[in-house]
Amino acid sequence: MKKSLMLVMALILTFTLAACGQANKTNTSAGNDAGANSSANGEKEKTTELSGSILAVGSSALQPLVDQASKSFMDKNPKVSIQVQGGGSGTGLTQVSGGQADIGNSDVFAEEKLEAGPAGELVDHQVAVVAMAAVVNPDVNIDNLTKDQLVQIFTGKITNWKDAGGPDQVIQIVNRPSSSGTRATFEKYALGTKTDDLAGAIQEDSSGNVKKLVKETPGAIGYLALSYLDDSVTTLKYEGVEATEENVANGTYPVWAYEHMYTKGEPNGLVKAFLDYMVSEEVQNGDVVELGYIPASKMQVKRDVDGNITK
Amino acid sequence: MAQSREKRKLKQHIIEEWTGKVFTSLCIVLLVVTIFSLVYFVATKGFSSFIKDGISLGEIFGGIKWKPEGEPPLFGALPFIIGSFSTSILAAVIAAPLSISAALFMVEIMPKLGRKYLQPAIELLAGIPSVVYGFVGLSVIVPFYRDIFPGQGLGIAAGASVLSIMILPTMTSIATDALAALPPGLKEGSYALGATRWQTLARTVIPTTLPALMTGVVLGMARAFGEALAVQMVIGNAPHIPKSLFESASTLTSAITLSMGNTVMGSVQNNVLWTLALILMLMTFIFVFIVRFLERRANR
Repeated sequence: MKKSLMLVMALILTFTLAACGQANKTNTSAGNDAGANSSANGEKEKTTELSGSILAVGSSALQPLVDQASKSFMDKNPKVSIQVQGGGSGTGLTQVSGGQADIGNSDVFAEEKLEAGPAGELVDHQVAVVAMAAVVNPDVNIDNLTKDQLVQIFTGKITNWKDAGGPDQVIQIVNRPSSSGTRATFEKYALGTKTDDLAGAIQEDSSGNVKKLVKETPGAIGYLALSYLDDSVTTLKYEGVEATEENVANGTYPVWAYEHMYTKGEPNGLVKAFLDYMVSEEVQNGDVVELGYIPASKMQVKRDVDGNITK
Repeated sequence: MAQSREKRKLKQHIIEEWTGKVFTSLCIVLLVVTIFSLVYFVATKGFSSFIKDGISLGEIFGGIKWKPEGEPPLFGALPFIIGSFSTSILAAVIAAPLSISAALFMVEIMPKLGRKYLQPAIELLAGIPSVVYGFVGLSVIVPFYRDIFPGQGLGIAAGASVLSIMILPTMTSIATDALAALPPGLKEGSYALGATRWQTLARTVIPTTLPALMTGVVLGMARAFGEALAVQMVIGNAPHIPKSLFESASTLTSAITLSMGNTVMGSVQNNVLWTLALILMLMTFIFVFIVRFLERRANR
């Protein structure tokens, strides 16, 4: 009796704490609004020092970059506080659209997740490019797959590597969840089609686990962002094109996506200053390259939400 | 002089009494409000997939196809429900004999050693974060199963193995308490009749404490049912009913954690995830009711 009472108490306490966490969040976002206002005022008074706070929420793929850039930005502007939270692209878009966050980080275009109305209110800031490559277990002796072969593998039409020029070994798919931005990018630009989750296929939530499983599981195939690639897995060419920064920048390697930082309406004051800093040479050639992203400024091609490419 | 001091003391005690009362009642009100608003929140969110998006109950509880991004989207949650039940029941089946035997050893066979060293050691397991269990599972248990059994190692078996270790401390400490609370007269009577220790344990101790032991098992199962992170790391997460214990499968919790952050609030997929959360919460309530029922039987 006592035990279960204790358990229930502990449960309730957890919920209360969770609720407190929620309350805190709204508090900080209220603080943000105040911060944005005060910085707008600051501009009027023509003071150069920035102050206030920014909340950036969303994509975990983009989080390390924003986090690192925000630290150096705060070093330069000691009165500014920037909070960077993960939670996924969907969370980022929801929160920036709902006004809880100042910046929503996303791996995908807002139009792909939100309805046209709220998506139209958001302003896109493309800060970096992430390219992805298919990877296989090193024991699978192949180094190239065509688009057709990839589609057949990920839709379950080819189930053995011997049908794709490899050894006699059953193919094990290591996928990302169907809602993930990385998977959406891979399906859109590498496969050109949506795929179902096949029976027996593995889905992992993080790139680290995908890499670990591809490395260890015989016959495994998965896909990773370039920053995760190393010698423990075999990186495949796509249609004979190697996944390198140059090939992505000049448009010959198609499997890449922008990393977006969305604001609701045109940003002003502090948020604008921070977004300008994100696309400045200092960050683009520093943090962006260092963390394995491709600078948006280096791209020789542009792509819109429908996938149309312009030089 | 002495009288006024006493009066002051009395007044002080009255103030203390009232501050205590107000503070504790405030805490209770806060807790009650929190839990009710939480239930309300999950319930409204969870029901909106039926009401607003027009998905039928039959589709969610009976459908075996989960294609939230498909055309048309399908939201059959049966694979998750089956996955959750089979993982937590299997975990309880593995952990229950272990924990009850461990409790018997600590209370009846070697009380000194057990109470002093073994119980704290087992309770230490409860403090290990679940991500650590998940990572150990992924690094040790999954490769082990992959080498021995056909399949990739990930699946219900790996999930249940990880969970069984996680729920050991809950089950063991409840079983230990139950055994320790047994009136010594019962055992002494049994010994006095000439029963051996084995006979005493098997025919007197275990039957009398069975309801309490089962309480521990059910609480452990409830914990296993709700555990998300460790399971998600080792179960594979394919939204299908697996054909073997070593094939990629999903649970309610893993389906929620995998997609919640990636979906937009208010979208159909997000609402269905809330429905899954609602199912989880209702299951937890059922577990609590079972525990209550068992305890009432134990107290009789």
